[in-house]
Amino acid sequence: MSAGTTTATAAARAPALATERPASALLEVRGLAAQYGPTMVLHGIDFAVGVGGITTILGANGAGKTTLLRAVCNMIKTSGEVRLAGERIDSLATEAIVRRGVGHVPDGRGTFTHLTVEENLRLGAHTRKDRGEIGADCERMYAHFPRLKERRRQQAGTLSGGEQQMLAVSRALMLRPRLLLLDEPSFGLAPLIVQQLFEILKAINETERIGMLLVEQNAAMALAIADQAYLLETGRVVMSGSASEIRSDEQIRRSYLGY
Amino acid sequence: MQQLLHQVLSGLATGGIYASVALALVMIYQATHLVNFAQGEMAMFATYLAWALIQSGVPYWGAFAITVVSAFVLGVAIERVIVRPVENSPILALVIVFIALLVIFNSLAGWIFTYTIKPFPSPFPAEPLFGNRYLSSHELGSMAITLVVLLLLFVFFRFTPLGLAMRAAAQNPVSSRLVGIRVGWMLALGWGLAAAIGSVAGMMVAPTVFLEPNMMGGILLYAFAGALLGGIDSPGGAVLGGFIVGVLENVVGVYVGSELKLTLALVVIVAVLVIKPSGLFGKVQVVRV
Repeated sequence: MSAGTTTATAAARAPALATERPASALLEVRGLAAQYGPTMVLHGIDFAVGVGGITTILGANGAGKTTLLRAVCNMIKTSGEVRLAGERIDSLATEAIVRRGVGHVPDGRGTFTHLTVEENLRLGAHTRKDRGEIGADCERMYAHFPRLKERRRQQAGTLSGGEQQMLAVSRALMLRPRLLLLDEPSFGLAPLIVQQLFEILKAINETERIGMLLVEQNAAMALAIADQAYLLETGRVVMSGSASEIRSDEQIRRSYLGY
Repeated sequence: MQQLLHQVLSGLATGGIYASVALALVMIYQATHLVNFAQGEMAMFATYLAWALIQSGVPYWGAFAITVVSAFVLGVAIERVIVRPVENSPILALVIVFIALLVIFNSLAGWIFTYTIKPFPSPFPAEPLFGNRYLSSHELGSMAITLVVLLLLFVFFRFTPLGLAMRAAAQNPVSSRLVGIRVGWMLALGWGLAAAIGSVAGMMVAPTVFLEPNMMGGILLYAFAGALLGGIDSPGGAVLGGFIVGVLENVVGVYVGSELKLTLALVVIVAVLVIKPSGLFGKVQVVRV
């Protein structure tokens, strides 16, 4: 019963939030729907990422989390409104959205396996005009992830899963994005590495004010760094609120997040 | 022994031509996973353009440059206008488009320039260079030009951001879009470059085989054998394969019989497909251009 009330209050809060801070939202999504062929995967979703904020989307396998990220950068057929800093981006091509500062760490990492680590990083900066600063940014990534520096001349396909995940995050950061989309960055990583990765993400978020949309199955880690959280179930938002509220709600944790 | 040396050296000269065409095939193969059967006819058509320019009084190197640029533009246009709309069609549809392109260019050349065999000038002197007894100056010159082209391509793909983006787009289009690469344009650029390389090969081989609409038929076959031998998905391997096929062809021609030259190409193709379908360097991705 108490879980039910929370749902109701959360639902009531969501629109209030949206009207409260429309101008300050970095990413604002309304009525986002997506389908693969005839199968609807997302049924009209509303959410937002604040400027310099971290929003996390939680949910089980098959809830539509990956699809949601793909829909935001128009990799699949979608309908609904997506605004980046107020500007409609839902009809733009994926590469045009990237050029507006949306970095993406995709499902399955998407590294260029036949290219070297350094080439992968340089590709991340492909759209940037300030060619002179790219070398320095590579060094910054190596400072975050020293393992990558050791392997800079190696083909990315020869890296371990964890190292490839670090590479995928670094490559997305090389864009100097305004918004970073992260699809399960903890996937396949040892707990200690997950901890490190999330600390680095939080640090980057705080120092560089990069907004993040974080899709995760590891709810505990995601809620620890996020400020907003949405719970997705079979393509619908069933609950939303501030991360701290959701984290502290025993009922939600037990029934939805399973930890 | 001297004869063998002579045959090996002039084999390297023709091998350079096969290597260039093989490289053009590989570039398009990497992006589309199909062999562009029209590659040879595109080169032939470009060579006719060079011939027409030279006939109308343009100096050789001027005609050379105009031809390479036009071939590049033509390659880009073919990708954008003809290949792009059928990009996601079943493989058979694409194969038919490539064969149609082959037939179209062949008949177009025959229609415009007639099927009579024409001599094509060589930019190099008739006397052998440096007084050597092994290679004609055209063989030496075309080998040098081929090597320059290959070197330029290597530098372009290895060391420039655009070359890197083109390699990325061919390997992984989805991730390429996610870093903001305009994948469609990269593929078109690949077609343009392949056509430009082919046009150089056409102009270098035309003085030897003479200019006629079917002049690239055999060469495409040798190039295909070279590409397969080296590994159809390995640019460096394809170049090496082209050189090997060139040498083999020449040596077989002299010691076994020139009737069997073209058969050799087919034997190589069948042997590679049966024994090692990935070619010499197909799987090991360390050789890059």
